[in-house]
Amino acid sequence: MDRALPQPTPETQHFWDGCKAGELRLQRCNACRQVYFPPRPFCPACGSRAVEIFAASGRASLYSYVINHRPRPDMGSAPHSIAVVTLEEGPRMMTNIIDCPQTPEALQLDMPLEVVFQTFGDMALPLFRPVAGRPAKAAAAAASEPIANRALAGADA
Amino acid sequence: MKPRSIAVVGAAETTRLGKIPDMSVIGLHADAALNTLADAGIKASDIDGIATAGESPVALAHYLGITPTWVDGTSVGGCSFMLHVRHAAAAINEGLCKTVLITHGESGRSRVGTGGFGGRAGSSLMGQFEMPFGVTSPPTMFTIPVLRYMKTHGVTEEDLATVAVIQREWAAMNPRASYREPITVDDVLNSPMIAWPFRMLMCCLVTDGGGALILTSADRARDFPSKPVYVLGTGESVETPMVSQMEDFTSSKAFRVSGKKAFDEAGISHGDVDHLMIYDAFAHLPLYGLEDLGFCKPGEAAAFIRDRNTAPGGKLPLNTNGGGLSYMHSGMYGMYALQESVRQMRGIAPAQIPGAKIAVSHGVGGMFGAAGTIIFGNEA
Repeated sequence: MDRALPQPTPETQHFWDGCKAGELRLQRCNACRQVYFPPRPFCPACGSRAVEIFAASGRASLYSYVINHRPRPDMGSAPHSIAVVTLEEGPRMMTNIIDCPQTPEALQLDMPLEVVFQTFGDMALPLFRPVAGRPAKAAAAAASEPIANRALAGADA
Repeated sequence: MKPRSIAVVGAAETTRLGKIPDMSVIGLHADAALNTLADAGIKASDIDGIATAGESPVALAHYLGITPTWVDGTSVGGCSFMLHVRHAAAAINEGLCKTVLITHGESGRSRVGTGGFGGRAGSSLMGQFEMPFGVTSPPTMFTIPVLRYMKTHGVTEEDLATVAVIQREWAAMNPRASYREPITVDDVLNSPMIAWPFRMLMCCLVTDGGGALILTSADRARDFPSKPVYVLGTGESVETPMVSQMEDFTSSKAFRVSGKKAFDEAGISHGDVDHLMIYDAFAHLPLYGLEDLGFCKPGEAAAFIRDRNTAPGGKLPLNTNGGGLSYMHSGMYGMYALQESVRQMRGIAPAQIPGAKIAVSHGVGGMFGAAGTIIFGNEA
């Protein structure tokens, strides 16, 4: 089953284009310097429309997660992490932690992570792996496999 | 409403009209909102009430950076905004909020970022920034914050299990509860894994059912056959449609804002509360609720429950119908929390708290996305 993929809007296109280009793009307010995510064309802290896009470091730490033992059909059949990471620049985002065992022992809160972009069809998703981890062959194989985009509506209960 | 008691102090449309293929629905709402805030000479942080139709008010509040104490998502078609004005007038007069923002945005021609109310379309923020990572339903979303809470406060899986065990004790006293057989901490920890650290018995039931309430003015209440149950205080707020964007994974901002508003309105202290309902979709909800409503200090709720303060015979009876974990959970359980509060105030609950005079009913919406708190009393 094809992986459920995001459908960018004009306000988020730069983020998804960035993922394809190997950059994790965040936004910063030029008025109050707030860095924020998810993307929008104004600052959620002060309302200013004077915002800029920049490439984040890609470094993060593990804030919280679950290990889903009943994966969605498009996520395969093995238990997998659904995580929230704190980016070095401050914002948090949901992701999957890859290239390590999907176990409580391997997934320690606050462990250092780095972004890795995995290609699905014509999209790339920002996933994270332990900084000390090695690239998994399985992930590389999955990345080369073309997977068609599909609508997400109705993908959950 | 009282004539001339409410005024419009800001009004504007989107910067452009006609064909706007470079803006999504929520972007159009936000553009109109920012222009209107500028017209009024205020900032989003000055807004404490929000109403909209065609977009989730939770999503819009979070998008704009608003922490409201009044929310209206009435969606009855094109006249929804007239109804919002009317509801806002009543809310301001009642003191529920001071400054209301009502927004509209619709990509009727370009169809950008449309795709269904509820915010889960592929182009919604949740569709883009949460769905691709395998979230399915509440068991994989509502649960994500808990590991951070557990690490911060030294709370264990046994503590989570204890919440379910004690609520089963209440359910055992309730003939209408779905599950009444006693369970142990080991039973909970040996139940099937759903999404670690959550086991099946830490998750709510999925059942069928319904409930309804009728309200009228206090002076008419005496004409009705049942013992009146009075509303002493109310609170509400929203935080974010995306659990990943909660400000703090150890505490719900919507819970805190909603609870404080209700307690302030009622003019009561926590020691006055005889009975408490906290919407328990999962076993961690009562922990967050006890702390965010102010019954316990941060990190103390697990010990409070373990020490049997919320159990039968305890000083703060909690979820006395058995809760979503054991009584029933149809999907939007808040109605059942309210029903149990009313039963307790009428004095007719299966596990009746003798002499209970004040009951607090606290509900959650979405995945910590919204909160509502109602404080009831049975003395006029």
